[in-house]
Amino acid sequence: MSDPNTEWPLWEVFIRSRQGLDHKHVGSLHAADPQMAIENARDVYTRRMEGVSIWVVESKHIHASNPDDAAALYDPANDKAYRHPTFYNLPDELKHM
Amino acid sequence: MEKNVEEIFQDKIDKEIKIEPKDWMPDKYRQTLIRQISQHAHSEIVGMLPEGNWITRAPNLRRKAILLAKVQDEAGHGLYLYSAAETLGITRDEMYDQLHSGKAKYSSIFNYPTLTWADMGAIGWLVDGAAIMNQVPLTRSSFGPYARAMVRVCKEESFHQRQGFEILLTLSKGTVAQKRMAQDALNRWWWPSVMMFGPKDDESPNTIQSMRWKIKRFTNDELRQKFVDICAEQVKILGLTLPDNDLKWNEEKGHYDFGAINWDEFWQVVQGNGPCNKQRLETRKKAWDDGAWVREAANAYAEKRKRKQSLHAA
Repeated sequence: MSDPNTEWPLWEVFIRSRQGLDHKHVGSLHAADPQMAIENARDVYTRRMEGVSIWVVESKHIHASNPDDAAALYDPANDKAYRHPTFYNLPDELKHM
Repeated sequence: MEKNVEEIFQDKIDKEIKIEPKDWMPDKYRQTLIRQISQHAHSEIVGMLPEGNWITRAPNLRRKAILLAKVQDEAGHGLYLYSAAETLGITRDEMYDQLHSGKAKYSSIFNYPTLTWADMGAIGWLVDGAAIMNQVPLTRSSFGPYARAMVRVCKEESFHQRQGFEILLTLSKGTVAQKRMAQDALNRWWWPSVMMFGPKDDESPNTIQSMRWKIKRFTNDELRQKFVDICAEQVKILGLTLPDNDLKWNEEKGHYDFGAINWDEFWQVVQGNGPCNKQRLETRKKAWDDGAWVREAANAYAEKRKRKQSLHAA
């Protein structure tokens, strides 16, 4: 059994697939330091030109919302249909709006 | 209460809503997926060995570059899958331990030897072909990280199969000796490939639950039949034959009939008695043990840099 403390830390990998687009989460990998994480991400996630920019973040630094709280967390957005343009009843002859 | 969350869970699955790592899931679902995904990852990693055997002896630079790229893809696939399994709460080192101790299984096909260059063709066409047949439905697995990893794997796998067919096609148009070599490779790889789909449906007790959970979309026998039907046609283009005298089109069923599978051989290989089981595991263990100093050195270097940085900051 190997010592769990010697396992290289886990990193989350985000890739910008094309200039002008957002970085998107693609997966994770293990690496000893940030530079190795970027090099490994290059080899693991961009073998076919999938990216022009890589972000890596140590997984332990990611804070996530709890899926069990989803109902309460997103509830305030649920009943505000007036935030959407289709909520408003305007005459058809109104153009360019 | 317990029953209630389980009902909600099944309801999500029935509606094709993906399960994500932090969502509630039955323990059995988690354990089954850890086993399924880690076995799949191990298969990719061990699967590099039979082909790695031929990289230095590829017949020309083009073939060598292709084979290198294919084997590198397999390493990548192993890594996608290990990290998908880790989201379920098992560590990378635990999975390696399970592989190295023989507790975890990997696909039996990789316990067969690669005797000639034509085996690279047969592996690409048949072994990767069977793998694709298994993997395409898994892109719709109910577990999000596995499904996403499989989308990436399937995109990359297509060239693996095509390059294999191309190798066989080239050999089949070559000299008599080359054609014979291609046929010999098919003779040895066909039945193990047919076995890759696993035991017959009535001997696969977990299939029903796995299909209910949508971590399996088709039964072993359904996929196997599909594979046989496709290969029986494709082999005609090669001008070669599949080593099965009972292989023939059944008009009534709309499928090919095929001969009896040697299940005794299958179970022997699963249980560790295949031609290369011992060699494959030993190679993996040696690679892991020989790499220990690299892992330690990288950790030490990262520590040193962190210390230096905090000194600067102070």
